[in-house]
Amino acid sequence: MSDLLVANSVSKNFGKFKALNQVSIAVPKGSIFGLLGPNGAGKTTLIRIINQITMPDQGTVHLDGQPLKPEHIRDIGYLPEERGLYKSMKVGEQCLYLAQLKGLSKSEARTRLKYWFEKLEIGDWWNKKIQELSKGQAQKIQFIVTVLHQPKLLIFDEPFSGFDPINANLIKDEILQLREEGATVIFSTHRMESVEELCDHIALIHKSNKVLDGKLNDIKRQYKTNTFEVGLKSLHREKVLSEIQNTFQVLPATFKNLNDDIKLNIKLDDQNSPNDLLSFLTAKAEVHHFVEVIPSASDIFIQTVKNN
Amino acid sequence: MNHLPLIIKREYLTKVKNKSFIVMTFLSPLIMIALVAVVAYLSQLNNDKQRTISILDESGYLSDVFQNTDNTTYTNLSGLNFNDAIALVKEKDDYGLLYIARVDSMDMSSANVKFYSEESPSLGIISGLEERIEKRLRDLKLQKDGVTMAQIEASKTNIDIAQESFEGEKSSKIDNIIKLAFGGAAGYLLFMFIIIYGNMIMRSVIEEKTSRIIEVIISSVKPIQLMMGKIIGTSLAGITQFAIWVILGSVLMIIVSSIFGIDLAQINSPQQEMMDQAMQADGAQAMAENVIIAIGNLPLTNLIIAFMFFFIGGYLLYSSLYAAIGAAVDNETDTQQFMLPILMPLILAVYVGVFTVIEDPHGTVSTVFSFIPLTSPVVMLMRIPFGVPIWQQGLSLVLLIGTFILAVWFAAKIYRVGILMYGKKPTYKELFKWLKY
Repeated sequence: MSDLLVANSVSKNFGKFKALNQVSIAVPKGSIFGLLGPNGAGKTTLIRIINQITMPDQGTVHLDGQPLKPEHIRDIGYLPEERGLYKSMKVGEQCLYLAQLKGLSKSEARTRLKYWFEKLEIGDWWNKKIQELSKGQAQKIQFIVTVLHQPKLLIFDEPFSGFDPINANLIKDEILQLREEGATVIFSTHRMESVEELCDHIALIHKSNKVLDGKLNDIKRQYKTNTFEVGLKSLHREKVLSEIQNTFQVLPATFKNLNDDIKLNIKLDDQNSPNDLLSFLTAKAEVHHFVEVIPSASDIFIQTVKNN
Repeated sequence: MNHLPLIIKREYLTKVKNKSFIVMTFLSPLIMIALVAVVAYLSQLNNDKQRTISILDESGYLSDVFQNTDNTTYTNLSGLNFNDAIALVKEKDDYGLLYIARVDSMDMSSANVKFYSEESPSLGIISGLEERIEKRLRDLKLQKDGVTMAQIEASKTNIDIAQESFEGEKSSKIDNIIKLAFGGAAGYLLFMFIIIYGNMIMRSVIEEKTSRIIEVIISSVKPIQLMMGKIIGTSLAGITQFAIWVILGSVLMIIVSSIFGIDLAQINSPQQEMMDQAMQADGAQAMAENVIIAIGNLPLTNLIIAFMFFFIGGYLLYSSLYAAIGAAVDNETDTQQFMLPILMPLILAVYVGVFTVIEDPHGTVSTVFSFIPLTSPVVMLMRIPFGVPIWQQGLSLVLLIGTFILAVWFAAKIYRVGILMYGKKPTYKELFKWLKY
């Protein structure tokens, strides 16, 4: 799989402030790429550089193998975090205008809008003004405007803010479907559960530097600590517990379960395999729960940011 | 991708379809005409007021000077003493009492002539009285020296100096008035246009910031395209509004003056007085001809072409600054600190135009200010009817265009950075830093 977007050692300064320092990312075609980082890390600056809103001081950005140029605007759909619409303009007119700015012809834009309006069941909004809509409703319009010109690259910055869970799901499904249809998605958010759910690649930017990058599963593998979550049932609780504690490194665990007496996190060293642990445990007690602890995106995020 | 026409179209349509814009377009001429009509009506009312002025002349020289006019009746109170006269005037509720004390010679001073009244009298009445007294005394003094009334009458002459330039171009006082009128109108029009529509551009930039659509837009178009589209679209809307105002205003003016019979031109203004003086000299028929000749004498082609260039140049220069201010701030209240540097040169230009150009259209001050780019559009437009050498106009225009390009560059920088800055009220220092981003 080749990369749709490649940023190569991109740097950007605002006066003395370094917003981006030699950041490189590669977004594979057809992936959903999570661009993560604490507030003020430089994500928005990078996104703006990809959108050619700001120019990088150093470094290059290639889209589909070509250096970024004004024509690429058509190939990108961008939903900024700071977003809004002309409040006193009618929904239909506004969508047509924004679509035409992206290079669609008026009639083409009209046909596609009709399709989307029907799909999201908002056909009767055409002649309403934005200020008559609720925030979530306006967000739907904003989403349609972002994807209408069928860009190769979609950039969503906090796409779910302002949506209720039902509509957030609706939009999530639309994003997944767009990916099925061949679009590549860059997805910037602070909601780690949606990263977990959607992203297959992530990059983490912290204090203007990229600190982490790769396939989400690979990163999780790197970050896993060989720890297993265990739930046991035994009549000799104290005895079993002390035996385990003598053999392995043990941490208390909290997870919800029906009736386990003993809940533990057991960290294995290199000499023991999970099978060794399991056979050790089955000999001592009844095993109800045995799961490898996989670090969540949130754990990785917090851990990386703290360590840097 | 050139989206300029699309942006211009949207800006224009949004402005023109805006309810308050429509209301203002049609209401403003009505309000203006109503105001003018009320003022005209009131001043007419004032002129029509009947008043009685009592005269107590103890000197005996002046009692027959005061002839009744349409609005003023003079009552001669000769024979009464001063206290009785005052009492009588108060009782009759007269406008006032003109008291002339007994004097031995004809050399009167203000100590001898006094006017008593309830309220302070109007300037016109006092100067009218003074004029009559002065004329009578002059006549009397001359007669005393042996000059006859006929000789005095015959000594009156009226001169209207014919003016001609070295190139043989004839002009007259009317010419100057017409020149002033044209230059003043052009300069003032530009001034108004900048203030009204510059502000409109600024507000529309701020609106894009506050509604947060700006980032969506500039991921599709270049900021400078958006800015120019805004400026041009708003200007076109402005021209539309202005045209409607002019047409509607003149139609309403005709209707109002024919219905109410109020001569709207009767409102006294300095120009009016100059016109009146000129009229006295020539008579109405001759004046009408003179006005047409005077207009014909204007460098019309030059005027029209220069008007277009300086109007567009000046307007674009200022509106790009307005756009930059709009981009730099978050809401309209924050614009104040940046407005002053824009308004100062503009107001200065109008002052220079009104006071200096009228006095001396080719003097140092007028000439210098017609070169300085921020004041040149207004001042030059006011100077041109008086004939400005082409090289001066050209140089001024080059300077203006140069500054305009600089201002657009500067505004575009501020705009590009500013539209993405939220929640901060920038200082001048920060603006300067933005230029380097």
